[in-house]
Amino acid sequence: MFESIKQSIHTATTALLANKGRSFLTMLGIIIGVGAVILIVALGAGAQSLILAQVESLGSNIVGVLPGNSGKDKPPSSAMGIVITTLTYDDAIALAKPSNVPNITDIVAYSDGNANLEWRRNNYQSSLKGCTVGYLEVEGGELAEGRFFTKNEETNLSRVIVLGHTVKRELFGDSHALGQRIKVQKNSFEVIGVMAERGMVAFQDYDNIALLPIKTMQKRILGVNYVSMIRAKVDLAENTDQVLADMKITLRERHDISDQSGANDDFTVRSAAQALDMITTITDALKYFLAAMAAISLIVGGIGIMNIMLVSVTERTREIGLRKALGANKLNILSQFLIESVTVTMIGGLIGIIGGAILAYLVAIIANYLGYDWVFHVSLFSILLAMAVSMMVGLIFGVFPAYKASRLQPVEALRYE
Amino acid sequence: MLIKVENLHKQFENEGLVTKVLHGLSFDIEEGEFVAIMGPSGSGKSTLMHILGLLDRASEGNYFFAKNNVNEFDDNNLAALRNQKIGFVFQAFNLLPRTTVLDNVKLPLTYSKDKNNLDERAKRVLEDVGLGHRLDYFTNQISGGEKQRVAIARALVNKPSVVFADEPTGNLDSKSGVQIMEILQKLNELGNTIILVTHETYTAEHAKRIIAMCDGLIESDKPVQNRKIAHDGDKLK
Repeated sequence: MFESIKQSIHTATTALLANKGRSFLTMLGIIIGVGAVILIVALGAGAQSLILAQVESLGSNIVGVLPGNSGKDKPPSSAMGIVITTLTYDDAIALAKPSNVPNITDIVAYSDGNANLEWRRNNYQSSLKGCTVGYLEVEGGELAEGRFFTKNEETNLSRVIVLGHTVKRELFGDSHALGQRIKVQKNSFEVIGVMAERGMVAFQDYDNIALLPIKTMQKRILGVNYVSMIRAKVDLAENTDQVLADMKITLRERHDISDQSGANDDFTVRSAAQALDMITTITDALKYFLAAMAAISLIVGGIGIMNIMLVSVTERTREIGLRKALGANKLNILSQFLIESVTVTMIGGLIGIIGGAILAYLVAIIANYLGYDWVFHVSLFSILLAMAVSMMVGLIFGVFPAYKASRLQPVEALRYE
Repeated sequence: MLIKVENLHKQFENEGLVTKVLHGLSFDIEEGEFVAIMGPSGSGKSTLMHILGLLDRASEGNYFFAKNNVNEFDDNNLAALRNQKIGFVFQAFNLLPRTTVLDNVKLPLTYSKDKNNLDERAKRVLEDVGLGHRLDYFTNQISGGEKQRVAIARALVNKPSVVFADEPTGNLDSKSGVQIMEILQKLNELGNTIILVTHETYTAEHAKRIIAMCDGLIESDKPVQNRKIAHDGDKLK
């Protein structure tokens, strides 16, 4: 048995090497299919770890309130860029009251926009965030110099601003920023603080923002009354569900919504964990879709294998006749051609694994170069899966040609010209 | 008795067209004989050899090989019987391309039950046919005469009861042809049964008995009177 398998593998490899170009083209479908599987699984793992790291860096104790309703596990409509005006500053004040939501340590409300900042001749387009003083506690940022605005400044339309690391560098370079006045849409603001460098957190560049009191943002810059988002920090992770429930009750009461089912809510309350689940659902769906495309490629590759094996059987009819004359039985011939097709697909699979891993590695390098904390990881499971799948393709699509070969009558095969 | 044939018929059917090739042959062949089956092309000698060599089945009649009625054997039994009891030498050598001389000779052993010392056994027969120095050559690197000697070594490697040689000198120059006939005669002297299929009277006369065929019937079956003995220097006509 071992000797005949060795012989079959030897025969297979010599036949493959004799037709290098043809063998490679035959394998190409398998190479692409397996390479795609390896790449997709590696990208999925990389993306998932990136998202996890981003969400964890934000803190899993964070809960968010967004305006507008949303179905369970679906992203809120406001996340799609639709402006909804149902959430207000007073909602945030109500949620901050311990009598309403006891298990939060602090809360921050946002009013978002973009604006051009000017200092002397320097211009810089930055994300502008009006927020409440709870920002530092909830988001966990630190000041590099100066101070944050006070509760008083939050409400009295003060023209003060705290710059993110990048904004400060772009506007002031090495110059001193504290106490300087910058222009934001014809308003003059005093720089009272500069944030320490923080980088990307939860896909948001915390260095490329300028923070100002929320009321100032609403009245002086945007001219609106609504807030775009409220975030709160839960005291203990196990209280997250309680906080979500308390927030819903408070907001429904304030918005005169009697329906407790949530169907008529004009807001959405989510925890970071729920958001993570949602992202995972989306990336999983994407992964399955791509895996299905890879599977199609493997099927096409398998048909290519079958085609070339049928040609090979015809080409080698005399050889089959000879082997039968020398005593090969049906099983010997069947296994010889099956081993050949499996050898082709396994070699194709190996090349695909190496190719897919190289591509995944390149993606990781590029992602890291772009500043994402992307982990390169090709799992043993995906390698074993790819090898098993290529073997199965070889077996499934090799059976018909091998069966055909095994059925040849020795005398007819020997006579074949 | 090694081979016993009774009233053997063979016909081929192709798209409704029936061609009768053998019309009731009966004869015996004893162990140790050297028989030539001779006849012009179309006489049915190759068809007869295929049936005797268990590569094909008779349409009618009985064939006993080593006292077994082969009609009762299925394809896999026949394959095993061919492997153990029968060696073939073909006109076109039928060696595997891109494969070494040694691996070609080992081929029948890989299909047999006894898979011990494959290399040694194959080497030994190759040395017997004078090719001990060509073991690792590929089959496209050796001459026609050497190829046929490889084929003979392959036929002998399983120590068969009978060797079928189908026009073994047909593709060879006369000098190589003589060498092949010399080997076959020597094998016969050592006790091997040889059945030679040829259309040349001169080649057939190297055997001890000639079964002459014409149009699917045995024309004559008699011992050779002036038997030719092949030795180097002779040329096959």
